[in-house]
Order: sequence, then C-alpha cells, then structure tokens
Amino acid sequence: MKAREEILRRVGSALVAAPDVRSTEPDGDDGIRRDYAHTRELPDRLALFVERVENYRARVIRTDPEGVVAAVAKSLAGARRTVVPSGFNPAWIPNDPGIVRDEPVLGAGDLDTVDAVLTSAVVGIAVTGTIVLDHTEGQGRRALTLVPDLHVCVVTADQIVGDVPEAISRLRSSVNKGRPLTWISGPSATVDIELKRVEGVHGPRTLRVVLVE
Amino acid sequence: MMSKTATFIGMPPFPIAAKKALADSQLRGNIRNATHTIRTKRARVCAELDDFEQLRQAGADIKDDVLRNLGRYLEQVEESLTAAGATVHWARDAAEANQIVVDIARRHRVDEVVKVKSMATQEIELNTALEAAGIAAWETDLAELIVQLGNDLPSHILVPAIHRNRSEVREIFLREMGKVGMPAEADLSDEPAELAGAARRHLREKFLRAKVAVSGANFLVAETGTLVVVESEGNGRMCLTLPEVLISVVGIEKIVPAWTDLEVFLQLLPRSATGERMNPYTSTWTGVAPGDGPQEVHVVLLDNGRTQVLADQVGRQALRCIRCSACINVCPVYERTGGHAYGSVYPGPIGAILTPMLRGVGLDEQTDALPFASSLCGACYEVCPVLINIPEVLVHLREKVVDSHRGGVPGALQAAMTGASWTLAGSRRLAMLQRFAGLSGRMFGRRGLIGRMPAPLSRWTDARDLPAPPRESFRGWWARTDGGRRDAASPSGNTRNIGDKE
Repeated sequence: MKAREEILRRVGSALVAAPDVRSTEPDGDDGIRRDYAHTRELPDRLALFVERVENYRARVIRTDPEGVVAAVAKSLAGARRTVVPSGFNPAWIPNDPGIVRDEPVLGAGDLDTVDAVLTSAVVGIAVTGTIVLDHTEGQGRRALTLVPDLHVCVVTADQIVGDVPEAISRLRSSVNKGRPLTWISGPSATVDIELKRVEGVHGPRTLRVVLVE
Repeated sequence: MMSKTATFIGMPPFPIAAKKALADSQLRGNIRNATHTIRTKRARVCAELDDFEQLRQAGADIKDDVLRNLGRYLEQVEESLTAAGATVHWARDAAEANQIVVDIARRHRVDEVVKVKSMATQEIELNTALEAAGIAAWETDLAELIVQLGNDLPSHILVPAIHRNRSEVREIFLREMGKVGMPAEADLSDEPAELAGAARRHLREKFLRAKVAVSGANFLVAETGTLVVVESEGNGRMCLTLPEVLISVVGIEKIVPAWTDLEVFLQLLPRSATGERMNPYTSTWTGVAPGDGPQEVHVVLLDNGRTQVLADQVGRQALRCIRCSACINVCPVYERTGGHAYGSVYPGPIGAILTPMLRGVGLDEQTDALPFASSLCGACYEVCPVLINIPEVLVHLREKVVDSHRGGVPGALQAAMTGASWTLAGSRRLAMLQRFAGLSGRMFGRRGLIGRMPAPLSRWTDARDLPAPPRESFRGWWARTDGGRRDAASPSGNTRNIGDKE
C-alpha cells in the first residue's frame, strides 16, 4: 500500500502548500453553482425524440400497442436469426422461426453468427435522441446488443424524458443496484478518415427503434 | 519529483518542429479542414442549449470541488469500487502503472490485450511496456489503429489520424494488416466506408478472442464507483464487454463526486468534443456485473505528475480538463502546425500547459518551449467547457520557465533584457542605438522583416520574424520636424503630410 499512502500524502501537501483561493465557502456549501436547466420544456417530447433519433439515420416506427408486433417484424426484415433476451415482452415477438434465445448463454463466436437482436430499453432522451439500456429483463447482457449487426429496440412513450438531467435522475436506481448502462445514440459511427461520417464500425451498423404510444 | 510523460522521442523544441510542419501544405490543409469543420459543429450545438454557460460554470465548480477535496474523494472511490467488486491499484508514476498492467496480463498468461483509446495509457506509454513484456497491445479505435499500423504518432486528441488522407490509410491497411492479423482485401478502395469495413473485419477476430482489455475512463464517480467511457465506434463497448478481464487506467483527476454530476458532463463533453448532441455510445459500469461482461475488473488510479499540477495554485485548473479538444480545434497555432510539433500526447493549448506541469519545467528545452507556443489570443478559454483559463496559465508557466533558468549563467534573453534596461535608462543612449538600428535596418530590412540572425540573437529570431527597424526613429523625426510642425518629408525622400494640415 506504499503507492496509495504516497499519493494521498502528495495530494494533502499540495493542497496545504497552496490552498484553493475559493476554498472558503459558506458552511455546508460545496461552492457548486447548479443553475442550469434540470428539466426542459418541450412542446412535443415524442416528436422531438423521433426527429433526433432519425437525425442519426436510425429508423423509427411509431405505433399503438396493437401494432408493435407488425412494427417489430418490419424492423427485423432481412434478418434470418434474431436473438431475444429473456424477459422481453412475449406479446411483442413476431411469430418467426428465426428467433434464438440466449439460454444457455451464447458464446461470442455464436453471437457473431446471429443477424439481429431485439430488446426493450429503460429510458429514451428526446433532446439527444438517445436510448439507454440497463441490461435488466428484456434487454439482455451487454454483448447481445453489441455483436449482431442489427439492433431493434422497443421503447414506450412513458420512458421518454426531455434531456440528460432527467435521464440521469431516472437511471440512479439502476446504478445503485450496480447495473451497467449503455447509452445509444444512433448506430456506431466514425469520422476518423478525413472527417467523413461512416455509420457502423464495430457495434450494430443498423439501429431501428419502435416507439409504442 | 519528475514524472514520466511520454515525449515523442527525438522531438525538437516547438519552434523548430513548427517550422517543419508549416512547410507541409498537405498537413496544413488537412488540419485546417478538420478543425474548422468540428469547431463550426461545436458552436452550433452548444448554441442550442440556452443554459450552456451555466453548464460550463457547474462543470468548472464540480471539478474544483474534486480538486479541493481530492484526498477524501480518492478514499471514497476506493471504497465504492471495492464494494462493487473491483480491485483498486495505485500508481505513483508511469512505470508503476505499466508494471501493474503487465503483472495482471501475465497472471492470465495472455500474449495480447485489446485497448480502448485512452489518453492516460498513451501518456504512460503502456503499449511499449507491454511490448517489452512480450504482450501485444491492439489499438481498436479506427484512428489509433491507423496510427499504430502506420508506426506513426497521434496528432490530435480526438481524431489522432487527421494528418492522414484516405489513400494513405488504404496503403497502410493493405501493407500492414496482414502482418498482425486478418489482412485487408486486395481490392480495397479508398472509400472511408470500405476502409472502416476493413477495420471492422480485422479487429473483430481480436475482440472475439481477447481475454484481457485495457481502457481509460472519461469519468469515475466517487459516490458509486461507476466508470464512464464515451465513444463513437463501438470498439469501446467491445473491449468493455467481451473479455474476461478489464483493466482501466484512470488519472486521479477524472473523479466526479456524485452520479448526478454526470448530468452536467454528459451534456458538456459530446457537444464540446465532436459537436454532437450525444456521442453514439456511452458505457457505464460499476465493478462486476454478474453474468454480464468482465468478471474481473481492475482500476489503476494514476498520479504521474498530477499531484505536482495540483500543487500549482494557478495551474491546477488544468486538472479540470475533460479531454474534449475544443481548445485544439479553435487554436490558430495548432491549426497551422498540427499536433506533432508539440512533441507530446497532449497537443494544442491544453497540451502547452498540461505537459510542462506534468513533466516539470526547467528540465528540458522541448518542454520549456511549450508555454511559448501560443499567441495568447484566448480562443481556447472562450470554448473550454470547464472554463480553464489557458492564457493565464500560459503566462504563469512562462514566468516559471524564465525563473527556472535564472540562478545559473544568464541566458541570452536575460542578457538582452539587461542591455535593454541600460539603454532605456538613458535618453542619449537610446537615441544613439536607434540611429544605429535605423542605419542597419536599411541594410537588411528590404522586405520589412529580419529573418534568422546569428547567435545569441537567434534565440529570438528562431521563433519569430522580427520587423526591421524604421529608417528614422520617432525621436529623430520629432527633432527634425519639431513634432510635425515643419516640413515632414522623410529622410528617404517620401513626402507625407503629418499633423497640422491648415
């Protein structure tokens, strides 16, 4: 534990030798000004969510609860084998012989032969066009939504929040339970070659979202 | 106490490296295009938020709180990480951090690791240390892959291969991929989408078989022990999810106090970095998640000079940096020289302050030149999402560099300044010198500029073109024309009316 003690000692002596000029804050005040917006007033939260997700060139289908299966089937078009995690709403699964389960757990190599993955989410963010997974029931472990080339994600209207602070607040309980999170804003992308945007590098090259109202 | 921060080996000081870079018009074109594109996007998406200024202030305040209470937060993060099932390591310097990573990899008997792009592991030159231990480190970010395969150096924090164009990338892929894994197809074109596809195929086999991954982290939440990686391509998710063992090397300043604080930084970072409302992928993990991802998670808390920066009352604000590179994209100096001239993994304005503080000033010429690699225009401060006053720190470091050279033999600059004070102290001495300078100006001031001068004056003119002195001094002109009341014809014969026109 020598390094630990040494680093803590260095930190302590750095701050004693040169205290922060602003360190004399009123009692109990951490000196952090948090006067930014904690919620955003949006005229049409869902419409903005759809617009922003589509800005990333991901396709969104809006549907009522009755239309989910058809929307999912349409979104999965072209996929021969689709993995569906346990806990995913059975009423949303199309009657398709290509559905595979992650039980027993698929190896990374097996997963690489699957074309698509179908999951739910936990939060959607309108302003940034983001969906967030906490990888509980219906969302699968992280590798499931990473290795297949097509990700179809079903989100419900009540999951859509305005902006990042509202999402952070909703996700706190997942984090407190130790859940990993994946925030997804469009398909994977790179601008590393001459700043030309290329969709799809290592994650799913196609993202399709079904929004249930 | 000198920390080891990667210097590009054999890199000349900034003014000399910059001169070479300035002559490379291809490089200048690439960099100008890249920085202008990103800065325009950044300005647009930052303007979308009417509370962006408040977010910047909150970001700066949160980071200051971390720095003020760093000892307490470090102990808290150690506790929460351990409770979440992670193993915490402490590294005083680069060598110690590298040894920790090498030891973990050896314990798992691997001869390769996959890597997420990380400034901290570049700073400590982890790849070299792994290589020396017989372990291959595969960079998986597309740009880092281009840099690694091309045996090249990164030139930008965010888009490290921006100095390469598509045909160069194609050549590198065709020539090098086959030597280290799956080769690129022989008919590979230079379309960016095809090149990205080649990288996908080349790296996928590595992701699928790798047992150990190494990452950095953008943030580390003290309260919960949560690590955050912000990325675009999905290579980060691959490394953070598929291997059995994950080692994250994290600078001690990456801490944020609470989960809630991410509501500030996850707005500031993507908008300031790539000019996006949100980057494609953000991963967070809190120790080990049973049945999901790596079941052995290590976190290496890295000092490597950071406590030295913390001890600098003016300079410590640099530790707020969230590595967005907005300062780099607006810097007129970077735009013209590119990243290599800075001779460090941290280029641009932030590099010009961070590198000297991490390494220490007064130790080598290359580092000491960095605080002078700026025009002090202040554009960097204008865009910094955590309000780092880079010009203030630059000036402060210039003082420190000059001070560090005092005490020994006076340097040329000091000798010149002593001479200047003698001259300026007496009006006759000044008049005499100005007459001489005016005469000599006629000899070598043809283009209105003085180029390279012999030593010791070269200390000044190596880095600057000096305007030639005017043919007549103001004092001379005043005496000759009685302050412009008499005929104002200049001594060279040009007639111009000055002053009184009636």
